[in-house]
Amino acid sequence: MLILNNIPALLVAIPLLASAVVSVLPSARIAWGVAFVTTLCCLYMAFELTEIVSASLTLSYAFGGWEPPWGIAFVVDGANVHLVLLVAFISVIATVYALTTLKHEIAVEDLPKAYAVWLLTIASLFGLSMTGDAFNLFVFLEISALSSITLIALGAGQDRRALLAAYNYLIIGAIGATFYVIGVGYLYAATGTLNLLDIIERLNEIGTNQAAVTGLAFMLAGIMVKAGVFPVHIWLPAAYSFAPSAVSSLLSAIATKVAIYYLARLLFGIFIDTTHLIDLFLLFVLMPVSVIAIFYGTIAAIYQIDIKRLFALSSIAQIGYITFAFSINTHSGISAGFIHLINHALIKGALFMAVGIFAIGIGQRATMNSLRGVGRQMPITFTGFVIAGLALIGVPLTAGFISKLYLFKAIFETGNGIYVAVIAVSSALSVLYLWKIFEVMWLQEPLQPLKIEKEPVLACVSLWLLVFTIIIFGIYSAGVSSYGMNAANALIGVR
Amino acid sequence: MGNLQLVLAISLFTPLITGLAVLLFNNRKNMRDICGPIGGIITFGSAIAIAMAIIDGQTISINLWQIVPGIGLSFNVTALGALFGIVASGLWILASIYSVGYMRGSKAKNQTRFNFYYAVAIHAAMAISYSGNLLMLFIFYEVLTFSTYPLVTHGQTKDAKDAGRLYMGILVATSLLLFLPALLWVWIISGTLDFTKGGIIPFDFSPSLLPFLLAMFAFGIGKAALMPIHRWLPAAMVAPTPVSALLHAVAVVKAGVFSFLTIVVYIFGIDFLLESGAAVWLVWLTAFTILTSSIIAITKDDLKARLAYSTISQLSYILLGAALATQAAIEGAALHIIMHATAKITLFFCAGAIYVNAHIKKISELDGLGPKMPLVFIAFFVASLSIIGIPPLGGSWSKFMLMVGSVDAGIPIMLLVLGISSLLNIYYLLEPCTRAFFKPSLKEIHVDNHILTIFPPVITAILSLLLFFAVDWVRLLTTLMVIP
Repeated sequence: MLILNNIPALLVAIPLLASAVVSVLPSARIAWGVAFVTTLCCLYMAFELTEIVSASLTLSYAFGGWEPPWGIAFVVDGANVHLVLLVAFISVIATVYALTTLKHEIAVEDLPKAYAVWLLTIASLFGLSMTGDAFNLFVFLEISALSSITLIALGAGQDRRALLAAYNYLIIGAIGATFYVIGVGYLYAATGTLNLLDIIERLNEIGTNQAAVTGLAFMLAGIMVKAGVFPVHIWLPAAYSFAPSAVSSLLSAIATKVAIYYLARLLFGIFIDTTHLIDLFLLFVLMPVSVIAIFYGTIAAIYQIDIKRLFALSSIAQIGYITFAFSINTHSGISAGFIHLINHALIKGALFMAVGIFAIGIGQRATMNSLRGVGRQMPITFTGFVIAGLALIGVPLTAGFISKLYLFKAIFETGNGIYVAVIAVSSALSVLYLWKIFEVMWLQEPLQPLKIEKEPVLACVSLWLLVFTIIIFGIYSAGVSSYGMNAANALIGVR
Repeated sequence: MGNLQLVLAISLFTPLITGLAVLLFNNRKNMRDICGPIGGIITFGSAIAIAMAIIDGQTISINLWQIVPGIGLSFNVTALGALFGIVASGLWILASIYSVGYMRGSKAKNQTRFNFYYAVAIHAAMAISYSGNLLMLFIFYEVLTFSTYPLVTHGQTKDAKDAGRLYMGILVATSLLLFLPALLWVWIISGTLDFTKGGIIPFDFSPSLLPFLLAMFAFGIGKAALMPIHRWLPAAMVAPTPVSALLHAVAVVKAGVFSFLTIVVYIFGIDFLLESGAAVWLVWLTAFTILTSSIIAITKDDLKARLAYSTISQLSYILLGAALATQAAIEGAALHIIMHATAKITLFFCAGAIYVNAHIKKISELDGLGPKMPLVFIAFFVASLSIIGIPPLGGSWSKFMLMVGSVDAGIPIMLLVLGISSLLNIYYLLEPCTRAFFKPSLKEIHVDNHILTIFPPVITAILSLLLFFAVDWVRLLTTLMVIP
């Protein structure tokens, strides 16, 4: 019972403690073992958490017995319970993947420290997805930024450009965090509290307030940097393409997603919008920006030679889909956004994993030239890669189709058919770059004879776990779609 | 699982198993090449059994679970689907025999890969015909596109790759840009995608948007080759002739018109479509396609290119029938699927036989070839007559029904269009035969005799003849489509 009662705290505390332990371990193998067991424990607790929350709808956990609004509270409700599960699930799979891939990319003596930072990142992502306190969120934001910057910089063993990417992320991330904390300051000045639920109540009492509006604007801007929303995404492509492949798949799958979740919470949860400022923001800022992101990301990806950078750019477009769904500003729009949030995490995680396996197989960066004919030599990975790629397009029987379907539904309900064309055209464009990769990998002959290493078993297992999840979510969508519904219910009320 | 469900599963998965068997017997040529005909016979037998059960009034369906509310993973045989299943599987038997002769005769490379994708394409065609809802149909429509890509580019020359790119580009782009959104639109307005006689679109759907929705389907189904999205079909003729024969005369293009006809009958509902008048524009566009592509066909000297444009023209007959949306026209369209398939596969078989045995592709070089390959040219002649629509050949029935349908629909000017089209058909289809039989040969031509390439067209030509007399049996199925 002690465990069950304290799951929200333990989800952060256990990886945090394990991280400290791992950093002093002598052997990489033992370090990985501790990290793996830790993530497994987190997955178990995340499952327990879903059961608890499905029974009681909202779980508020007060740290140290200090009741909110005085103490720090973790809040788990319909909007984030499955996000926590997603973070836990991806952590386990990415950790399994890391065992056989990370040693190719990082010096062996650095591995224990890498796993320590790895766990720190995971702890901070759990914290970000559960905290109900605006300032506490800032703390987790910083932990997550610094730890993921370290992980990205570890890619420097492969390619020195990783350092520049990490540095860019550091600077831009710091600016984003500053914006966020300034916003928190304004909101605190206006309401005298930092607890999000309490802020909502206070704002209800005092009505619209200039300081609160300003604060919210700053917070939104800061979070959008973290979420990789166009045009403040500029740190993202380089960071994901030069990080070690396990790091790319972990971060691309869940790091931005957590920020996007919090963006939705800020947009729909906080303000009782008497002046329709949020409505105006959604309609005149977020929607056009999302449409531009969708086309920019997709078209930039078409002309990209480097595969990891290509998928990083496609992430910009996919994040655009999610924010676009939010900007529709209806119940079905919000749930479509959350559905795509989950599905895209699985798809993009799988794609980065597959690209990482290819890169290890050929012993160099994966590009349109170096991957020629590789598909025939690494059929297991290639098949998984193709399925994940099809899911990215939104082909039926994959999770990506379910996303598209609910997104279409949300658009049709608004009666504004022009946006159907946006989605249809952009997914047809995404066929172009994926088809190009498939063709290069399957049909073209390699420039010089390939010396392919055997496909690492554990990495393939983790890739295929994600691929199976993609297929299962594609043919049986009830779970994901009910999460979307619950999230929208939690944010804007039951419809 | 009932007996009929088992039969349905057999007819769906036999082609797939055949494909795997082909891979398994990679090194044993004879074992590998016998797989196709055996798989064809099993599939055809079960397709016949399914059609019998449908005529008996039974329903055959396999329902797994729902992907999202209103869209399940399900197969459910419609009367039209039963008909198309027979066409695809029956002609597969002959085509697989023929392709053995053709591929060995032309000493093609990678025959195992060829046979594998061939079988997968048939699997997709069977799954299209027995789909229970529009999403399942869409999925296998895409599977068909992707599995035929390696067949189109089989030669691996630059021409083949360019053609393959055009092929994929047009078919995938139209399906993702128009077909898929249209499908989702239907799901959103009607909450289901199940094929239901009488249609599923709610009657209060805005009449001004209905032609628009229909257009998204008509142009989204690129495989139906309605102008102006027909370009992929002539391009795909770089493929080996067995591919052109079975896929680009039968399975692929017929899957296209079949999909559209299914959508008209089971999604829109013919009465609803007829009353709304949403398809009138399509009547005129199909008429335009029929005449224009016939005229282009006349200008082509390459035999396969001429047949390709003839196919585009004939496909629009079926689309015309769907657009007229009267009972007779719909029946005519459905009949034309089987009649045209039988005749056109004969023509392609003949074109391939001429190429493999005499190495001739151009019509202008056919002079005097008739006496050396009499069976092939007689088969060509008979099939041409069927396409022109002369009794006692199968094609005359479908053309007759289409004419009745256009009068019923109050657009009698279509009689003129169909008549002119027949005249053009006479001109461009009979030219190869008259040249072969009545012009003296200019140079000595060596003619091989690959028997496996010669008897399939003879059989399909005889089938065209028999279908004229067996039309009542076929109509047992087609009337089920239109009688409420």
